[in-house]
Amino acid sequence: MHPRVALRPEPFGALAYHYDNRRLNFLRSPDLVAVVRCLGDHETPDEALVACGISEQRRPGFRQALASLAASDFLQPVPH
Amino acid sequence: MTALTDELKLGLDAPICLTWELTYACNLACVHCLSSSGRRDPRELTTAEAMAVIDEMRSLQVFYVNIGGGEPMIRPDFYDLVNYATDRGVGVKFSTNGSRIDRTGAERLAAMDYTDIQLSIDGADAATNDVVRGPGSFATAVAAMDHLANADFGPFKISVVMTRQNIPQLDAFAALADRYGAELRLTRLRPAGRGADSWHQLHPHAEQQLELYHWLLDHPGVLTGDSFFHLNALGEENLPGLNLCGAGRVVCLIDPVGDVYACPFVLHDEFKAGNVRAPGGFTEVWKHSELFASLREPQSKGACVSCGEYDACQGGCMAAKFFTGLPLDGPDPECVTGHGELALAGVATAARPESTSNHSRPVRVALSAKPS
Repeated sequence: MHPRVALRPEPFGALAYHYDNRRLNFLRSPDLVAVVRCLGDHETPDEALVACGISEQRRPGFRQALASLAASDFLQPVPH
Repeated sequence: MTALTDELKLGLDAPICLTWELTYACNLACVHCLSSSGRRDPRELTTAEAMAVIDEMRSLQVFYVNIGGGEPMIRPDFYDLVNYATDRGVGVKFSTNGSRIDRTGAERLAAMDYTDIQLSIDGADAATNDVVRGPGSFATAVAAMDHLANADFGPFKISVVMTRQNIPQLDAFAALADRYGAELRLTRLRPAGRGADSWHQLHPHAEQQLELYHWLLDHPGVLTGDSFFHLNALGEENLPGLNLCGAGRVVCLIDPVGDVYACPFVLHDEFKAGNVRAPGGFTEVWKHSELFASLREPQSKGACVSCGEYDACQGGCMAAKFFTGLPLDGPDPECVTGHGELALAGVATAARPESTSNHSRPVRVALSAKPS
């Protein structure tokens, strides 16, 4: 997750706010919030999906959600 | 309707964006002022109380607060409060008439991080603007824009309330914004505060609503605060933004004396949920007030139930209905299918609610006469 992004828990998942571009995103599942929170601990997004116990059939949807968050700069590559 | 809209209707754990009017004091006396501002209220929150409200916003993770008034820059602690908020991760966008933004002010603002400025004008020229906002107010706002540009503030916002008189100037507003590298923000005229008196002379005609709808679709970059969702019934395409009334669900208002209202456009006792000075503060009001709980329940479609457009327009704006004396579960006074006009014809002037919060100075500028 981008260091300037903050997550606020909500009944449907979380609100994500980017302090630099001032955009708001809705993370619409608690599982997606868990994945986003643990992304930094893993080498690849797929590892994070496995670690969070996301089933095979749900992974394409999660990959899409993560890609859209990355496109709006909410996520960024882990520095090596 | 999307599932997200359904979820938002149930209310959030904290507002997405909070409107906070810092003072009722204002050097102008705009004829459509939602908060009937003019004179400072002696009960206004002290600096310490205002900072305590900001502390609550921080712990609730309210990412952004819209500061307004009155003219918020009149408060002597204005800069202290803005800095206190932004230092704590609560971003500030404030609305101003520009009268306090001289060269020094602009330089001070340009040096601040995470602060947005919204300059209000209501006409693309002095003649159109000053009828609504008072003599000299256009020149004052433009001078403030020049000072901000000279100080390299970066992109600010130009905020316009759409009226019968200025809808012909839509392209001129866009050109003005372009000239300054500014963002244009257009919002709906509400019949609240002094606007209840001027609404009948200022609100757009039906054909202007259609013009505005298409203009907004052609200019998706123009900000609207999602205030025109009642126009969505005019075509197949919805305007960008959340298509719902956010009152008490995703937005609310704190007024200068700490009263919390469900919506920034209804400063009236019927929509007052509590006060930030009471035990539990703002958090208690947001989470547990009876009024907010009732707004988060499924709302009756009332007289709109038989209209095929309800999903598009959501019945329109609660504030607009309330202050024109219409039932909250009926059509919006500016309902694009014409139901509102019919309903309005049946409302006696005496049935319109009297304002319960009025800080107008005794003398008003033009256009305050009752509609003919």
